[in-house]
Amino acid sequence: MKGALLIAGLGLALAAAAVASLLAGPVWLDPGQGLAAVLSPHDSLAKLILLDVRLPRLVLGLLVGAILGLSGAVLQGVLRNPLAEPGLLGVSSGASLGAVIAIYYGIGALTPLAPPLFGLAGGLVTAGAALVLARGGGTLALILAGAAVSALAATGVSLALNLAPSPYAAYEIMTWLMGSLADRSWDHVRLAGPFIVAGAVLLGLTARSLDALALGEDQAESLGVNVGATRLLALFGTALGVGAATAVCGAIGFVGLIAPHLTRPFVGHRPGGALLPSALAGAVIVTAADIATRFVRAGADLKLGVFVSLIGAPFFLWLVLRLRRTSP
Amino acid sequence: MSDLVLEGVGAERGGRRVLHGLSARFPAGRLTAVIGPNGAGKSTLLSVCAGLLKPAEGRVLLGERAMAALGRRPLARLRAYLPQNPQVDWPISVERLVALGLTPSLPLFGGVPDHLRRQVEEALEAHDLLDLRERAADALSGGERSRAMLARAAVGDPQILIVDEPTVGLDPRHALDAIRRLRAHADRRRSVIMAIHDLDLAARAADEVLALKDGRVLAAGPVPAVFTAAILTRLYDVPARVVRDEAGIAVRFG
Repeated sequence: MKGALLIAGLGLALAAAAVASLLAGPVWLDPGQGLAAVLSPHDSLAKLILLDVRLPRLVLGLLVGAILGLSGAVLQGVLRNPLAEPGLLGVSSGASLGAVIAIYYGIGALTPLAPPLFGLAGGLVTAGAALVLARGGGTLALILAGAAVSALAATGVSLALNLAPSPYAAYEIMTWLMGSLADRSWDHVRLAGPFIVAGAVLLGLTARSLDALALGEDQAESLGVNVGATRLLALFGTALGVGAATAVCGAIGFVGLIAPHLTRPFVGHRPGGALLPSALAGAVIVTAADIATRFVRAGADLKLGVFVSLIGAPFFLWLVLRLRRTSP
Repeated sequence: MSDLVLEGVGAERGGRRVLHGLSARFPAGRLTAVIGPNGAGKSTLLSVCAGLLKPAEGRVLLGERAMAALGRRPLARLRAYLPQNPQVDWPISVERLVALGLTPSLPLFGGVPDHLRRQVEEALEAHDLLDLRERAADALSGGERSRAMLARAAVGDPQILIVDEPTVGLDPRHALDAIRRLRAHADRRRSVIMAIHDLDLAARAADEVLALKDGRVLAAGPVPAVFTAAILTRLYDVPARVVRDEAGIAVRFG
C-alpha cells in the first residue's frame, strides 16, 4: 500500500526533524544531555532552552506547517484547481493586515499578543467577506471574491507601510510580514493551537466529499454530497486554522501549494486521501526550513517565510514544467 | 419499484424560466428517451428528475412520496445521474472512479468495505473495464470514458438511472454500445431516463418517449405513438419523415 508507506515515511521524517529541531541551534545539545536536563528536577540552561525556547517553537512549527499543508490540499480539492492555496481566499493577507494594524498603532508594544489577536480577527473578517461576496455563486465566484478581498487587504498593508509613523515601525511591519518562528513562546502556542486544531477538524471532515468532487459539482451533488456545505467547511477551516497560523508567525507561502502536489501521486491522486499526507508534509517542510534558518547566514538572519519561498518557488516551477511534460 | 412523477413542474435556470407547468410520468423499469430541439429544457428536466434542481413550482413524486422529503444520501442511493460530457479533474484510476459511485453508501472515513468492493469488481467486469482498472481516468478515449462513467453510475445498482446525452461525441460503435448498456439496465427492471439527440438510437432502444418543446410536453407515450411525421415535424420545425422497416425506425429530416 503506497499510501500507508508514505504516511509511515513522513512520520519518520517528521520525528527526525522534530528531534533535530530540539537539539540544533546556537547552543548545540546532544540527545543524552538534553534528556538528562529535562528529566532532572533542577533547572539548568539546557532545560530552559529545550522546554521554553525550542519546544514551543517546534510545536508551533508543526501546527503551522500541518495546517498550511492540510488547508492547501482541501482548497485544491474543493476549488478543483491545482493552483489553489490558503492565500487565495484572502485569509493570509487578512491576517497580515490585522497584525500590521496592531503594530502600526503601537498596540503591539502594549502586549506581544496583540498582533496575533488582531491577525486572527483579520483572517476571519476577510474570509467572511469573501464568503458574503461569493454568496449564491459557485467555485469561480469564491475564487474571484477571495482574490478581490486579498488584494484589498494587501493594499491595506502597503498603505500602513507607506504611512508608517517611523522607519522603525515600517521595519517592524516588514519583519513581521516575512514570517518567522523565532522567539515564539508557549503563549503563542496557547493562542493559536486551539484555533488550528479546530480548523483542522473542520477541514478533515471534507475528505469524503473531496473525492466525489473530482467528478465535478453536479455529479458530486448527485452522489449525496452537499457541495455548498463542503465549501463552507473548507473556508471556515482555513479561516480559523491558517488565520491563526499567520497571526502568530506571519505569512509563510508555498507550503500549502506544494505539500499536496508532493504527496498526491502517492495516494493515487485521490483528493481526500491527500489530506493527512499533505498535513504531515507541511509540518516536515516548515520544521526543516526552521532548522535551516538557524544556520544559513546571509549577512542578517534569514526569515522563515523568505527561506521557504526561496526553496518553494523554484521547486514549484520545476513541478509545473514536469507536469507539462508528463500530461498531454 | 415506483414511477417517477412530475406534477405541474416549473423550473428556472439562471433566473430564466425553462420549464412551464410540466407534468410527466416515467414508468418504473422502463427506458424513457427525452427528445426535443436545443434549448427545449431537456437537461433542466433531467436535473429536476434527479432532484438536483428544486422546481420553482409543482412537485416531483417517487411513487407516493415527495422526492424533496428524501434525504440527500437515501436519494443518492436510489438514483444515479450522469451529466452531459462527465469529466474527472484528477488522474485517479478507473477503479477509484467506479468506486466513487458508491459514495452515498460509504462510511465517513476509511476505505471501501469488502461487500462494496465486490460491487465495484462486478461493475468493472460488466462494463469491460477490467483491463483499464489501473489507467488514469483523465487519459481515457471517449468510448472508454463513457463506459467508465456508466459503470460509475450503475455500480450501486440504482433504481433510477438518469443520463444526459449518453452518446454525444461517440462514434457509431461506441454510441450503440452505450445505448445497449442502458437498455440492459432497463431490462433488469430499473428505470432509465435519457436525454438524446440521435432519434434513430432513441427509437431503437427506448420504451417510452417524452417530446419536449419550449419547456412543455409536446407528446409522450410509447415509441410508435410519438415517432410520427406530424409530431416530429412540429417538434423540430423541420419537415420530418419516419421510415419503418424490419431494421426498425429511421427518421429523415428536410
